[in-house]
Amino acid sequence: MRKLCTAAAALTALALSLAGCASTPAATGTSTAGGGTTLTVFAAASMKPTFTALGTAFESTHAGVKVTFNFAGSQTLAEQIINGAAADAFASANEANMKTVTDAGLAATGAQVYATNQLTIAVPPDNPAGITSWNDLTKKGLKLVVCAPVVPCGAATEKIEQATGTTLTPVSEEQAVTDVMAKVQAGEADAGLVYQTDVIAAGETVKGIEFAESSKAINTNVIAALKDGPQAKLGQEFVDLVLSAEGQQVLKAAGFGAAD
Amino acid sequence: MTMGEQARGRAPRVYSGLPRWLFVPAALGATLVVLPLFALTTRLDWTRFFELITSDSSMAALRLSLETSVASTVICIVLGVPLALVLAREQFPGQALVRTLVLLPLVLPPVVGGIALLYTFGRRGLLAPVMDLFGIQIAFSTAAVVIAQSFVALPFLVVSLEGTLRTVGRRYELVAATLGARPSTVLGRITLPLVLPGLVSAAVLSFARALGEFGATLTFAGSLQGVTRTLPLEIYLQRVTDPDAAIALSLVLIAVAVAVTLVTARISDRAIG
Repeated sequence: MRKLCTAAAALTALALSLAGCASTPAATGTSTAGGGTTLTVFAAASMKPTFTALGTAFESTHAGVKVTFNFAGSQTLAEQIINGAAADAFASANEANMKTVTDAGLAATGAQVYATNQLTIAVPPDNPAGITSWNDLTKKGLKLVVCAPVVPCGAATEKIEQATGTTLTPVSEEQAVTDVMAKVQAGEADAGLVYQTDVIAAGETVKGIEFAESSKAINTNVIAALKDGPQAKLGQEFVDLVLSAEGQQVLKAAGFGAAD
Repeated sequence: MTMGEQARGRAPRVYSGLPRWLFVPAALGATLVVLPLFALTTRLDWTRFFELITSDSSMAALRLSLETSVASTVICIVLGVPLALVLAREQFPGQALVRTLVLLPLVLPPVVGGIALLYTFGRRGLLAPVMDLFGIQIAFSTAAVVIAQSFVALPFLVVSLEGTLRTVGRRYELVAATLGARPSTVLGRITLPLVLPGLVSAAVLSFARALGEFGATLTFAGSLQGVTRTLPLEIYLQRVTDPDAAIALSLVLIAVAVAVTLVTARISDRAIG
């Protein structure tokens, strides 16, 4: 009897060690899928370059944590969160879409402003229409492309128009700032109104022309950790990273204005 | 003839010979398509429906959509019928390649189509020197919408009409030719009347595709009320601020598509009968 017990114990130990052997390579190979945890951040499409960099920084300080992003329009993201999408943090490109999430009681803490951005004029590198100022945008025959007033960049455009008493006559009112950029990059448009960050991200493909009137419409980006996220605690830590000096440095380099 | 057989087959309810289990995946398939459409109607705010679809921007989008879709259907018929005839009746080297290339927009993501059109008809596109010569500017105009719609809709007409042409066969055409009819006479008196029902349904297909066109239009034509913002673009834009309006307009789009399909199905039935 005793012999049998010993044998059983040995067998169990062997089985355990085998299982251990088997799982070790898998764990080291795919530490993210196996034992690791995944932090899911929903962020406005405009945050793609900066947040991707911050995600890598977050992963390097949190062993075993994989950060995945869902970059899309803030409205789409807010809609998905309200409809039960599993997200740990939400970065909205404006306050209105964040409000729908906080109003639904889904934010862990109050939303915080983490960056601002302003409009700038984007023109093709050779600036065929010779644009140098906001007032140049009212030139006759100019192919100007802007965002539709219902999307944030278009609302900002409209606000500047009202504040300066100018009326723009765009040839197209696009759905997203990326669509405006694409038309300037393709040379179809003589000028487009986009964010400073977009011009910096586009590199050599467009030229940015800053104008003083853009201070009439400063857009605020807000972020919040989400209460019902599967990794709500990590979500808050990511928010802290974005608000930290390190995070702010990354955002500043990309052309965003300071949070205050 | 196949058409005669179809007409006879429809009248009395005959034994289909289908195994019963086949109805399960068939029903699932139908559900997959119909259920989301039903879900759309459950979210509709019926009290605001009329107000939503008669707003200025909605009416402008609907009018523009109908006008451009009709225009691109006409272009599809004018260019697509000869193309289908050549592909179905002629034999030339590289024919298979030509067919594949012409049908490419069927599988191409519309956005890619839009980019390709931009590089063709755009201000810095392939045809820009020619168009500059004549002072034509297409980008951001209604013409750009029609071109985008024709680009995506043409293959639907070609592929469906080519199939009809092959099914109908060449027998009557050859008889007419041996009796001394000129090629144009054969085309006008024999071929086209024979494939007319097929042509009508092919044209409806391309109209429906043009009506739903979104990606290529957005990329190539832009979006401006009354000029380039068709109903699908308006729906996409409205979704941001007023989801109710987007749903109401979606239903209008569906209703138009269903109505057009039903009416033409009846017309082609009558043509067959």
